[in-house]
Amino acid sequence: MSILIDETTRLLVQGITGKEGAFHTLRNRDYGTNVVAGVTPGKGGQDVDGIPVYETVAEAVDATGADTSLIFVPARFAADALYEAADSGVELLVLVTEGIPVLDMVSAVGYLRGTSSVLLGGNCPGLISPGKANVGIIPGEICMRGSVGLISRSGTLTYQIVHELTQRGIGQSTCVGMGGDPVHGIGFVDALRRFEADPETESVVVIGEIGGSDEEQAAAFISQEMTKPVVAYVAGLSAPPGKRMGHAGAIVTGSSGTAQAKVDAFEAAGVRVGRNPTEVAALVAA
Amino acid sequence: MDLFEHQGKEIFARHGISLPPAAVAETPEEARRAAERFGGRAAVKVQVQIGGRGKGGGIVLAKSPQEAEESARRMFERGFGGMAVTRVLVESLVDIASEFYAALTLDRSRGTYIAMVSSKGGVDVEEIARTDPATIRRVAVDPRIGLKAYQVRYLTGHLPEEARSGTASLLPKLYDVLIASDATLVEVNPMALLRDGTVIPLDAKVTVDDNALARQPEVAALRSSFPVDPTQARANDEGLQYVKLDGEVGIIGNGAGLVMSTLDVVTQAGGRPANFLDVGGGASAEMMATSLEVVLSDPAVRSVLVNIFGGITRGEVVARGLLDALERVDADMPIVVRLDGTNAEEGRRILEEAANPRIVPAPTMLEAAARAVELARTSPEGVHG
Repeated sequence: MSILIDETTRLLVQGITGKEGAFHTLRNRDYGTNVVAGVTPGKGGQDVDGIPVYETVAEAVDATGADTSLIFVPARFAADALYEAADSGVELLVLVTEGIPVLDMVSAVGYLRGTSSVLLGGNCPGLISPGKANVGIIPGEICMRGSVGLISRSGTLTYQIVHELTQRGIGQSTCVGMGGDPVHGIGFVDALRRFEADPETESVVVIGEIGGSDEEQAAAFISQEMTKPVVAYVAGLSAPPGKRMGHAGAIVTGSSGTAQAKVDAFEAAGVRVGRNPTEVAALVAA
Repeated sequence: MDLFEHQGKEIFARHGISLPPAAVAETPEEARRAAERFGGRAAVKVQVQIGGRGKGGGIVLAKSPQEAEESARRMFERGFGGMAVTRVLVESLVDIASEFYAALTLDRSRGTYIAMVSSKGGVDVEEIARTDPATIRRVAVDPRIGLKAYQVRYLTGHLPEEARSGTASLLPKLYDVLIASDATLVEVNPMALLRDGTVIPLDAKVTVDDNALARQPEVAALRSSFPVDPTQARANDEGLQYVKLDGEVGIIGNGAGLVMSTLDVVTQAGGRPANFLDVGGGASAEMMATSLEVVLSDPAVRSVLVNIFGGITRGEVVARGLLDALERVDADMPIVVRLDGTNAEEGRRILEEAANPRIVPAPTMLEAAARAVELARTSPEGVHG
């Protein structure tokens, strides 16, 4: 087991013919992911190193039974790519594209709630179930199969912590990069719930950062519903306080959004918090 | 991107929102002449991209054109909250009966917009939210269906009778501003009921989504009006996220989380970061070179820590960019480099073959931080590019 993706995942890539799309598609396939199709409008009928390219997601799903889509299309087309994949019945949408306007994401996330599709991202590195499947841009070679679930708002910081775990011989069930955009798909609570239910996952690492209130919500969920041990890290302890424009955000979240407030929330929920990536790995090992 | 009050109000006006007569002044004399036009008495309001003006002396009610001129002069000379002041807004005074609060913003946790109206306006609405939450009504707004009439009735239902219809006609216009401008915040504090029964915004805080500036050319053009230092401007032009801090260890990393974490470990190692610089995903050699130039343009920098963990960013590109930059930048700071992830081995090999004496390789993030902090202490005040 693992969450969201495994050896049965059938992956299609939207934007497969772009430079980054092609590069990471082939890396995912080299890792062992079953990449069954690509979609680029205007390039249907071509192939990318043997992977067939279709005009539309519907045709790709019909022909290949793809159930997961990895999306690399430019930001201005990203929301449409989500609508298309959801309308074609794709179960998991992994949106790597960064720079997507918030309005587009609010509309798309609202639309997806009425479908059975689950979104990860945007502006996210994707996810990997080590030894089974890699969907996105997380470097597979730093991961190792095991029993630690990992969910993070950051990209490269995730790699850093995964790397430190692997170096200590601690493997991972699934590493999930939820991305740093304000409006996104799967968040901490959703991932924690899945890890709690996954028999292969024995403990979970949560990697947060300053801003928003995702960490506070995660802490509340952990104290109420998690039985598995959780270790957390919050980046930005030394960040200077920002000069905010309005107060509406703080009224909505009721949170100061500082790293220290998040650390306090985690500790109050019984979560052990590492002060840097190395300490996080040490706490998981302990 | 945070807009000045007057820019927000100009957008309001284009959406049919009534506002007090006002004029932007870029000199104390212009402020005096504007106050004269408004009958002598006027509000002089500093134009900055941060809040807290009411409490911080950024708004002065001038009783004469002379006083308006003096207030404006003080604002230009002193700046506000550490920011330079290049313009003030001189606004004619209105006859206020009572003040309220209205805002439309993003609710990150629910992934939607939210509209809020408080029956209490004034300087500290966050405090009101804590101590008297019942005075704030809020509704989630789905942009696919817009702000509906029943929501407006609910939002305004706790206001005094005489303020309801004016507020009810104002809210849909504020919502139009939010959507049409790709804003993530439209905040009006205070929103005022005047003695003549009209409801108008006395302030405008508008934040526009940076990711949407490409399709908001008119809003994007406002950027030229904001005071920015040249280093910051250079970084922005190259798509780098750069924030100047006040330490000695220059920081370059990829990904906001990793860069923040790098600042934290440098602090924990006893050093002080000189900056935050995120080269972003898929950093090119050119971007690496520019990053180094930007960081080294800060004369306080004594050492640089480059911490790259490759995903989209590839190690060999980073390595070549650093070597390119060292050709171009006339500086002798030690540069501690720590590479890992996609194609990191090739990157390390390229750096090793180049054998540049200024590049100090480090195997781990903590060791790299410790080394950079130590070098910042021992490095002489060298040549800066």
